[in-house]
Amino acid sequence: MNELIIHLIKIVCVIGVMLGIVAYTVMAERWICAWMQDRIGPNRVGPFGVLQPLADGLKFIFKEDVLPWHVHKFYFTLAPALTMVPALITIAVIPWGSNLPIAGHAITGVIADLNVGILFIFAVASLGVYGIVLAGWSSNSKYPFLGGIRSSAQMISYEVCLGLSVVPVFMQAGTLNLMKVVEYQGRHLPFVCYPYLALSFFIFLVSAFAETNRLPFDFPEAEQELVGGYHTEYSSMKFAMFFLGEYANMFVASAVMVTLFCGGWSLPFAPFNAPAQTLGVGLAQIGIFLAKVLCFLFFFIWVRWTLPRFRYDQLMALGWKIFIPLTILNILITGVVLAVVTK
Amino acid sequence: MQVKRPKLTFWEKSYIPQIVHGLWLTLRHIPRRKFTRMYPEEKPVLFGDYRGAPTLVKDPDGRVKCVSCQLCEFVCPPKAIRITPGFRAEQAFDANVEKEPKEFVIDMLRCIYCGYCEEVCPEEAIFLKNVFAITGYKREEMRFNKPKLLELGGVQPDSIWKWKYKGAPPPGTPIAPVRDGTPVEPKAGGH
Repeated sequence: MNELIIHLIKIVCVIGVMLGIVAYTVMAERWICAWMQDRIGPNRVGPFGVLQPLADGLKFIFKEDVLPWHVHKFYFTLAPALTMVPALITIAVIPWGSNLPIAGHAITGVIADLNVGILFIFAVASLGVYGIVLAGWSSNSKYPFLGGIRSSAQMISYEVCLGLSVVPVFMQAGTLNLMKVVEYQGRHLPFVCYPYLALSFFIFLVSAFAETNRLPFDFPEAEQELVGGYHTEYSSMKFAMFFLGEYANMFVASAVMVTLFCGGWSLPFAPFNAPAQTLGVGLAQIGIFLAKVLCFLFFFIWVRWTLPRFRYDQLMALGWKIFIPLTILNILITGVVLAVVTK
Repeated sequence: MQVKRPKLTFWEKSYIPQIVHGLWLTLRHIPRRKFTRMYPEEKPVLFGDYRGAPTLVKDPDGRVKCVSCQLCEFVCPPKAIRITPGFRAEQAFDANVEKEPKEFVIDMLRCIYCGYCEEVCPEEAIFLKNVFAITGYKREEMRFNKPKLLELGGVQPDSIWKWKYKGAPPPGTPIAPVRDGTPVEPKAGGH
């Protein structure tokens, strides 16, 4: 019973914080793009415009929810939920902190400490593509259809890169459990500091852009070519779900990269490099994790407002002809290095 | 036309140097001075000859210059102007020679700011002034009537005092043919 309550509290906190960050990532996106274009950005709602996400949310709720006559209603309604939900589920296995020692109990900083954490993430995150494909298909019109086709090709091919690029991480750490991976990085160094794992990180980072449909790989929506791509026919809260789903996926991708490559909640010095013994350190480690995630979110936004969209064939060529051979080569290199070092 | 394709090195083909350069470029813009004008609080700087909405002006004696000849009404391409001609008040000293519009309405929803009315006016009574934010909740609010147009136009401090001095400015009067109060160097030849 006690366990259940603790878990429920953790779930509420994690989802709450995550959705808050997602809402403010949208805000940050608008601010940062404005600054990069020598503009000021939204500053009217509340002091410095900080209440803008609230106004946006209200606007979405009050908009008319148009259901075009030509759509397949069941799948059309299901699709937005399918893009949002996987992002919320995957966050369950990401360790936000080591543990919080409260009243003699050590509460772990992860909702579900699975032994196959990363496999769970890939399994659930790849469900996200169904949301987009279903949206494109059930909209029963041309632009969403093209968007759906593109996303199925793009996301499925980059799933392979993602999966292969993290193999060296687990060869190094010797476990699939994300908590143990972070603890390993705390004991040694964050994985970006190893050359072969840095290559993994680079491939993972680029693939993450493709997986989250962010520029320069935002082919499924590609406003200039496909109007809105898969969400052309959507309006009101259904559109908002896609919109927030994209940012939630960005958050999850950032959290996974932080966990796998940048040391998660740890910093490479005491007392932050080991599971927390005091409540203060435990909270600080959650702060460290979130700070790292925010850096990644900034990077996502920064890249979006810098790079133009690639051509579709370039994207596919990059995935299949460069990244997949590179990841396989990298697995080989990692194996050789580990064999030499451990010997 | 045959476009010459430059031979790229391996490093250039990887896009990485260009991407890094681009990232650095956008990052540098973040702390720069912003060009946004906070509009309703911070009005734009208008130049002396800014041509906004047409307005009616008075001469420096406060006389309505318009004599309701209706040339502007006839020339107006979108037919935005409606004039109801009338006579001056009995007691006015020029009551027997000059008319005055009883009502003068410009429909700002129709006006295209072409300035023909200003150009055609023989009395220099109608001017495009620095009024640029014209809003209203009802169509009726967008139909500017005579008092409103006179209020927007104000007094035109130019050299043409038709009745008082017959063209010549009084000695010592600062000659400042302007549109919105900003002094402008009088042109050679003048009026």
